[in-house]
Amino acid sequence: MTDQESTWETVIGLEIHAQLATRSKIFSGAATAYGAPPNAQASLIDLGFPGVLPVLNGEAVRMAVRFGLAIGARIARHSVFARKNYFYPDLPKGYQISQYELPIVAQGALDIVLDDGSTKRVGITRAHLEEDAGKSLHEGLGGLTGVDLNRAGTPLIEIVSEPDLRSAKEAVTYMKKVHTLVRYLEICDGNMQEGSFRCDANVSVRRKGSEKLGTRAEIKNINSFRFVEKAIQYEVARQIELIESGGKVVQETRLYDPDKGETRSMRTKEEANDYRYFPDPDLLPLAVGEELIEEVRRSLPELPDEKAARFSSQYGLSPYDAGVLSASRELADYYEEVVRAVPREPKLAANWVMGELAAALNTENLDVGSGKMPAPRLAGLLTRIADQTISGKLAKEVFEAMWAEGQSADAVIESKGLKQITDIGAIERAIEEVMAKSPGQLAEYRAGKDKLFGFFVGQVMKATQGKANPAQLNELLKKKLPG
Amino acid sequence: MYDFALLFSFAFPPMSLTRAQIESIAHLARLELEPAEIPVYQDSLSRIIDLVGQLDRADTAAVAPMAHPLPGLTQRLRPDEVTEEDRHECYQASAPQVAAGLYLVPKVIE
Amino acid sequence: MIHRNSLTQLAAGLRAGKFSSVELVREYLARIEASQPSLNAFISITGAEALAAAAAADREIAAGRGGPLAGVPIGHKDLFCTAGVRTTCGSRMLGNFVSPYDATVVAKLKAAGAITLGKLNMDEFAMGSSNETSYYGPVRNPWNTDLVPGGSSGGSAAAVAARLVPAATATDTGGSIRQPAALCGITGIKPTYGRVSRFGMIAFASSLDQGGVLATSAQDAALVLREMAGFDPKDSTSVDVPVPDYGAALDAPLAGVKVGLIREFIDEGLDRENERRIREALVVLERLGATLREVSLPNLPLSVPAYYVVAPAECSSNLARYDGVRFGHRCKDPRDLQDLYRRSRGEGFGAEVKRRIMTGTYVLSAGYYDAYYLKAQRVRQLIAADFKRVFGEVDVLVGPTSPTAAFPIGAKTDDPITMYLNDIYTIGANLAGLPAMSVPCGFVGGLPVGLQIVGPHFAEGRILNVAHRYQLETDWHLKAPERFA
Repeated sequence: MTDQESTWETVIGLEIHAQLATRSKIFSGAATAYGAPPNAQASLIDLGFPGVLPVLNGEAVRMAVRFGLAIGARIARHSVFARKNYFYPDLPKGYQISQYELPIVAQGALDIVLDDGSTKRVGITRAHLEEDAGKSLHEGLGGLTGVDLNRAGTPLIEIVSEPDLRSAKEAVTYMKKVHTLVRYLEICDGNMQEGSFRCDANVSVRRKGSEKLGTRAEIKNINSFRFVEKAIQYEVARQIELIESGGKVVQETRLYDPDKGETRSMRTKEEANDYRYFPDPDLLPLAVGEELIEEVRRSLPELPDEKAARFSSQYGLSPYDAGVLSASRELADYYEEVVRAVPREPKLAANWVMGELAAALNTENLDVGSGKMPAPRLAGLLTRIADQTISGKLAKEVFEAMWAEGQSADAVIESKGLKQITDIGAIERAIEEVMAKSPGQLAEYRAGKDKLFGFFVGQVMKATQGKANPAQLNELLKKKLPG
Repeated sequence: MYDFALLFSFAFPPMSLTRAQIESIAHLARLELEPAEIPVYQDSLSRIIDLVGQLDRADTAAVAPMAHPLPGLTQRLRPDEVTEEDRHECYQASAPQVAAGLYLVPKVIE
Repeated sequence: MIHRNSLTQLAAGLRAGKFSSVELVREYLARIEASQPSLNAFISITGAEALAAAAAADREIAAGRGGPLAGVPIGHKDLFCTAGVRTTCGSRMLGNFVSPYDATVVAKLKAAGAITLGKLNMDEFAMGSSNETSYYGPVRNPWNTDLVPGGSSGGSAAAVAARLVPAATATDTGGSIRQPAALCGITGIKPTYGRVSRFGMIAFASSLDQGGVLATSAQDAALVLREMAGFDPKDSTSVDVPVPDYGAALDAPLAGVKVGLIREFIDEGLDRENERRIREALVVLERLGATLREVSLPNLPLSVPAYYVVAPAECSSNLARYDGVRFGHRCKDPRDLQDLYRRSRGEGFGAEVKRRIMTGTYVLSAGYYDAYYLKAQRVRQLIAADFKRVFGEVDVLVGPTSPTAAFPIGAKTDDPITMYLNDIYTIGANLAGLPAMSVPCGFVGGLPVGLQIVGPHFAEGRILNVAHRYQLETDWHLKAPERFA
């Protein structure tokens, strides 16, 4: 442990904004699809025109309830929408409709697995519904800023963690867990490049043993796991250095600059904005009844932790492997589809899905859902490994051909004539040929140079174009070589 | 002799709001006030706050705040359907300044 | 003398072919043009559109079609959004705002066949009790053009009183339908909160605003209200309660109706002569079979202070969207973003609007929210409870609408508090969301006096009935200012 680590404790809380994957906006019937031309998806309500009024999207409510149930939280039977008042060009009404004193979800938790394998429970103080703001563009407009309100009114769920995280690593692990969960629940597509999943980090430090929380700085709008980790690390170091050199941490909002790798104070963000929250008089209190909660509960999918545990017990996978395979519903479903086709080989399936398949998908920037290697096709390859039609070694070659040509395993094996030779007679003949061609090595082996066993394995493999069944080959060589 | 300041303060009781408060409120509300206007608003707002102070007379300890005049109603939920189409040309017809579909404002530095 | 017809008579006459809508519209447009220099009731006059719509209405009527208000001319208070037509809210801020959509109320009345003649002048953003804060100049009272017509729906009231339109839409947040009705000698109704859609009705104070109608009789008001009212899915505060046929219930006799006179309203602020007119009206009600008693709403005197926290608070937020970015007034050559906001809003809004925005900003601000906003909302609860309690004893409440008759233009503009106290009798019904009306009940010094009738939630039919029976028995509502009679 470094000097710093032994003196100082880091305290981190994350506020995650996830865009809910509804078709229409939270308070208007405009579309939420990403990438439309500027202001093509901004209705009069989203534009805050005179006289317009908000009407609440029921699906956003259901998605929030789904999230609340998945984190074991209390679902508020009555929650209230409040106005957060401030002036900014991307906020057309001059206020954001959010939830303040009475959020729809309160007091849940998520368990994360730390590096040392232990589990840590991270408290989630609350999660509430609110509307997203628009976007400002600052380049290419002749010194002006252009405002696009397509994003204004997109439903968000803001997830606030307790300040339970104690390192940048923990923060990232937690953030990834939330990311996986919202995708599992199909309430958010988790696309950080498009801004569907954003994170603010509240970071403070205090001397170890101190009960009081240090002054915190808020790092806003970080949109990648890597940046979150780096930003927090930088900020922690900055705060410690500041305090150690006699300074004081100022409560402020900071931005992470990924090019410079540092956080800096946001110049123009006003001194503590007085948001003057009050209940929005245009919206009535939101009542969530037992019926709705039960309906949502029934529709919950198997959650990531449950799935990982089941994979471990059902398929005999290590917790690590189970965790990797259940990281996304798509991947988990893919894996299970493969296993269903080769039910006696869950570990083989796991190795191939996490190994060759993952690597191939990675190089082409695809995911399992892309259809490049459908589960039945991969299963076909594993079946041929399992029934020893081909050796494990050759399987790699077969996979590459399958990948490149989109062919089934059988088609590739057939066209390349790669069927493993398991006919004992054929192997014996190959061995005899090699023995006849290599009298010198044979003599040396018989004289005690055991290392040459490998030479004979290699030669027979070469002679059979790699198709000899390795197990049988080994057995037969052992029998024949000594003479 | 006479304490004019004291006499003055009897004739003109101190206002409930200070000039600094008026300036701060005007800033929060993004309202440009002429310097000459500030004391005028200070006076009228102070009177309004004094009027409002009468609310202290009421014993409201056992009463909940009323956000909506019709009690017991709750928010209706709307189905998740896209019902709006692209009408930005119509909506931007009389916008103060627009280019390439974007609303233009003086540059915002972040 | 087409303008001497009531709206009911006009609608019937159109259906019977006694006259055409085009004739009506021409007549009214001429009266409007002639009245503008002296009354200034209208901000926009949509003559060409009205004539075209009237011609279409005549065709519909001739074909045996057409809604209940087919061909009937109407005016809209200039805070109802009208598609393709300037909607200014009496403000410089929206001086160039042409609405891209119709308010639900406008659409409904259009669907019923009504012909819009123009947009009516009003206090800026509905903030005022005298129609003196309009950017487009004050409206003058047709009974005496040196006097105010009341506000904020001063233009709507003056237009109806001067028989420039048979009816006009209006809104009431603290008395803005009832008080001008009283000062102009006409009938006005503010329905129950949630009865009429607020979609397209530019917001002042969202939990208090309600759209209603000004006309020359309860019968006429009933006809129009029926078409305006109804559940609107675009307004989350709109209530899904069926709209009764208000006209059908108008004639029910008042025998056995329990009427409560609000004791707290007979206070030092009420002009003594006005009080006499009120009491005379109550005698008429008793003659009609109603039983009268005095009731007390002890928290009612706090309605003005409660209102002047809640309404400004809500308006300070509702008016934040007027920032010179997407519509409305923008200052010239903004130096930077803050300058854009500050000057656009500083220039666009008048003094009263700025006053209320600042009051609202203050009472919501950190450290003051509990003491002011929450406190006011609690007092509001007390006032609503008072009303609820007395409606357990009586069917309707009555009292004065306004402490005085119309006052001179400029008389009360120095001290906002003096102006605010004009609404002292009307505000309670807004805080509690109750339906309330004002009907003419006599004159003081040649100027009209109004009687206020308040009912429990969704009792529009009941209060219209009381008003109608009263109007069958009296003829105050038939009196028009000499110049416009």
